[in-house]
Amino acid sequence: MAVVFEKTKALTDLKMHYCPGCAHGIVHRLLAECLEESGDVKDAIVAVPVGCAVFANKYFNFDGIQCAHGRAPATATGVKRVQKDKIVITYQGDGDLASIGTCEIVHAAARGEKITTIFINNGIYGMTGGQMAPTTLPGMKATTAKNGRDPAVNGFPLRVSEMLATLDGPAYIERVSVSTPAQVTQAKKAIQKALEIQKKGLGFTFIEVVSSCPTNWGMTPVKAMEFVREKMIPYYPLGVYKDITAEGGK
Amino acid sequence: MAKVLMKGNEAIGKAAIEAGCRYFFGYPITPQSELPEYLSSELPKVGGMFVQAESEVSAINMVYGAAAAGARVLTSSSSPGIALKQEGIGYITNASLPAVIVNMMRGGPGLGTIQPGQADYHMTVKGGSNGDYQNIVVAPASVQEAVDMVMEAFDLADHYRVPVIVLADGLIGQMMEPVEFHYVPKWDLPEKDWALRGKGDGEKHMVENLVMEARECEEWNLAHYRVYRKIEEQEQDWEEYKLEDAEYAFVAYGTVSRIVKSAISQLREEGYKIGLIRPKKLWPFPQKAFDRWDGQIKKYLDVEMSMGQMVQDVAYACNDKHKIEFYGRTGGIVPGVEEIVVFAKKIMGGDK
Repeated sequence: MAVVFEKTKALTDLKMHYCPGCAHGIVHRLLAECLEESGDVKDAIVAVPVGCAVFANKYFNFDGIQCAHGRAPATATGVKRVQKDKIVITYQGDGDLASIGTCEIVHAAARGEKITTIFINNGIYGMTGGQMAPTTLPGMKATTAKNGRDPAVNGFPLRVSEMLATLDGPAYIERVSVSTPAQVTQAKKAIQKALEIQKKGLGFTFIEVVSSCPTNWGMTPVKAMEFVREKMIPYYPLGVYKDITAEGGK
Repeated sequence: MAKVLMKGNEAIGKAAIEAGCRYFFGYPITPQSELPEYLSSELPKVGGMFVQAESEVSAINMVYGAAAAGARVLTSSSSPGIALKQEGIGYITNASLPAVIVNMMRGGPGLGTIQPGQADYHMTVKGGSNGDYQNIVVAPASVQEAVDMVMEAFDLADHYRVPVIVLADGLIGQMMEPVEFHYVPKWDLPEKDWALRGKGDGEKHMVENLVMEARECEEWNLAHYRVYRKIEEQEQDWEEYKLEDAEYAFVAYGTVSRIVKSAISQLREEGYKIGLIRPKKLWPFPQKAFDRWDGQIKKYLDVEMSMGQMVQDVAYACNDKHKIEFYGRTGGIVPGVEEIVVFAKKIMGGDK
């Protein structure tokens, strides 16, 4: 019988600990498939965050390092400066990247570190149980904002892709989502492109994935994906924010 | 190689290069800025890499990455900057990675002063990060010794797979002294087969920090402590100065030990039988020196540029807290010979 589909060998066979409906599994698979298809699994090194993806290094079937909260871009900088010819990726959530690690991501981007950051934005702290994140939408409920995020008290969400796109160091920035099959396909293309640009040594590459957290949002997986489309994406519009390889650059 | 006159901070930079260090990640702070300045121009000449980080926190996490990738890597700072690095030092320690961290101490706490101090003893020797751990801490008393200790630090770090902290007071970094560089590796070190360099055709490498199960985390800690016990046995290091007939012994390290030696000369001229135990490593603390001399020493005179942060270790080492007298200056003041002589005479009375 002909094999029509196989799980990528760039993922291990460990059972993932993610909740039902969590999109980490999708994005893990996309990154793994991209590396397998380009033949880079043997040269890949992933820097994983503190957050739900803290064990991602166990699921990826390539080298990995568990970083301090928010510091993955700094740690990845150290790795990449030593291992210049390897593919270095940080995989971070919004609490990790957009709150405690804002300094590290901004400066890694500004330096044009030749790494790729996959940024999972689901507007909540997942691992610690649903606290407000820097990306929590106004009015969205969290365990530390029980009546919903009040901008008068908690300020406003960060749009990281837009912010980083103002810098000269990044070579490619795209915001994608995985709430529809079409979006998943586009997300894979974005990751592929970012990894290619890293290999060419053109600069920092950043893929933001607008994602969901059914457990901490208190929704079914289907409802959560609807929320992504109806509420999250309008606040975090999808698209390419920076592409120095585009005609005339962007 | 002939001796050259070098400022301490720059000499440390050169020592690191001689020892094979090719990566430095750091952030400016007085009184150590000459070290990153020196390495920013010298490392590229030998194919190395200098990165000025956006913060001390980032710098130490870059060190974490570079160490994980198998490099000999250095960072340096001064007291408040080292306080910021503590998180990363804990991570590097927990992951059993080698790295060398230089602390050119200044007075504290907080922003404190830019003048020299020794008040980071607790933070460094007792551990300023969270959890159960130790770091090897070396304490140079001259520019030459700083050079030698930095070179040894890289070997110690690689051999035991631990961070090594070079704990020097700001004076060591700022003064100029003639130095020479003779790096002789202490061990024939094995290939770093655990380093992140892509799995190639082999098994993947993982540098981990989170241990979910308590039992497993305890095992992890106990494995570290087995290494620490080995280090305590093998690596105690100290200088004995005029102890043969001594009935009293100063205990001092770093720059203070040199001032104490001048005080000893003066006191000996007046007939006092006094010498010095100078810890060259603060962890492991030189217990063996105290075991050796304790029988003939009536009192230990601990002199520091702090409010007595080493006293507890001296008390533990001699097993008699009543034998210890302390004199210290704080907040960036370097004690003078005269005040140390006065202190010593007060303790010894007319006991010559």
